[in-house]
Amino acid sequence: MNLKELYQEIILEHGKNPRNIKKTDNYNKDAKGDNPLCGDNVHIYLKIDENKKVEDISFEGSGCAITMASASIMTDLMKGKEEYEVKEIVKDFLDMIKEKDKLNSKLLNEDEKTKLMCLSGVKQFPMRVKCATLSWHTLVSALDNSQEIVNTEK
Amino acid sequence: MNIKDIKKEFPIFDNKVHNNDLVYLDSANSSQKPKIVLDRIYDFYSKEFSNVGRSVHYLAVAATNLYENTRVSVQKYINAKDKNEIVFTKGATEAINLVANTFGQKYLDENDEVLITELEHHSNYVPWHFLRKSKNIKIEFAEINENGEITLEAIKNKINHKTKIICITHLSNVTGAILPIKEIINLAHSKGIPVLVDGCQGAPHLKLDMQDLDCDFYAISGHKMYGPTGIGVLYAKKKWLEDLPPYQGGGGMIREVKKKGISYGDLPNKYEAGTMATAQVIAFNESIKFMETIGIENIEKHEKKLLDYAIDLLSKNNSINIIGNPKNKGGVISFTIDGIHPHDIATILDEDGVAIRAGHHCCQILHDKLGLPATARASFGIYNTKEDIDHLNRSLNNCKKIFNLK
Repeated sequence: MNLKELYQEIILEHGKNPRNIKKTDNYNKDAKGDNPLCGDNVHIYLKIDENKKVEDISFEGSGCAITMASASIMTDLMKGKEEYEVKEIVKDFLDMIKEKDKLNSKLLNEDEKTKLMCLSGVKQFPMRVKCATLSWHTLVSALDNSQEIVNTEK
Repeated sequence: MNIKDIKKEFPIFDNKVHNNDLVYLDSANSSQKPKIVLDRIYDFYSKEFSNVGRSVHYLAVAATNLYENTRVSVQKYINAKDKNEIVFTKGATEAINLVANTFGQKYLDENDEVLITELEHHSNYVPWHFLRKSKNIKIEFAEINENGEITLEAIKNKINHKTKIICITHLSNVTGAILPIKEIINLAHSKGIPVLVDGCQGAPHLKLDMQDLDCDFYAISGHKMYGPTGIGVLYAKKKWLEDLPPYQGGGGMIREVKKKGISYGDLPNKYEAGTMATAQVIAFNESIKFMETIGIENIEKHEKKLLDYAIDLLSKNNSINIIGNPKNKGGVISFTIDGIHPHDIATILDEDGVAIRAGHHCCQILHDKLGLPATARASFGIYNTKEDIDHLNRSLNNCKKIFNLK
């Protein structure tokens, strides 16, 4: 196991100064996620435009460096993506955290991939995987919940 | 008393953790086990096993005697008046649930109040919460002061004519505060209110004398006393055990069972339904002997020395905040580091073989009050040394280095 792989500079930096930590104005989708055993929690806010694109995404919450960095990096790179792309990227990310060595994603450029790969160090720390994945699961929940509301309105 | 020799009695310390010696600072969570306890479990299963209290064959009689011997050892260890005041449970949690369930059934009605404290572990809150849901009782919380203590005054403030039982921890598993339980019991009794003490953290570290304390109920966890998991003790005054209804129904706790009615067994059988954790109870006797051989006064003295040393060292370490400053404190130090989340601290320490706990330690009420989602906690046992504390401090410095803190 290697602590340096887990706590890379980029993680520490995002953990200390998380991006997009606010409540998006006029958000139209949101979800809360928490990790009751750790006490970590995140609340994801999304503003999806009429073309089903992420116009804005933000989060509020508290947690360890991994939780905060993961939410920060995730919100950064989801901006401007279409809903189906978001879901695809979440799947690629979770695959990487759970099993694969590399991040295989057709939807991300090399820069974005490199950033996300920084989180792959948690694989060696099974108890910390849930910290890295919390915001990602919450993002999917935000997208899905909102669909339910749309259905109710129909 | 040579701690290095005592430590050798614990086989776990022969193993490496991430290629480092194990520095175990999580005894408030659960203590490690000396070899005599482990051997006793193996020997009992391999040479002496039988169920207890039922059959008349040789093994059953021998096993029953061994099982009952532990009851007498516990009675003596905590100076209870009668061996039948010792009820075996699966842990302190079950002991408290037993009281909440049976006392609640008989004596608590709508709007009655149960007084607990902000320091309580979830196991001394949730069982009472069940009664809040089922019987509409109220739960009051005595408040901590700025040192993380519960004073007699804090209890007095919350007592009124509706208070039916007071349930307090002996020693906080977060701030380490030792409560003035004798004074609280005297006060409660002067108003006719019974007292339950959660002794999870008290029993492994402090001298106990039930007759002197005069408490009504005292809950003990075996696995925090160098004993096996799956074993706890409820001490309860005989008058309560005779008065309260049974807890669980099943074999062993009955006298006579007919289609039209059932009568219950005498103490202590009334509260020990089904096959109990026999091997664990028998091995727990060895834990008590282990603690008696060292002497609880020596355990207290040793842990106090470690605590003073650790507080001194950690207070000098920049950006470490120790949670609570109780005058009377047991071997528990909860802390935070500005700029590093407790889980990150715990992961980094683990790489050095240093085992601590991070989180809310099953005390969310207290953490909410402190405005902290989580803390890191180092807690001591008889096997810990000053070198362990030095190791902890070095690892904490390593955390700060990784997080670029000074």
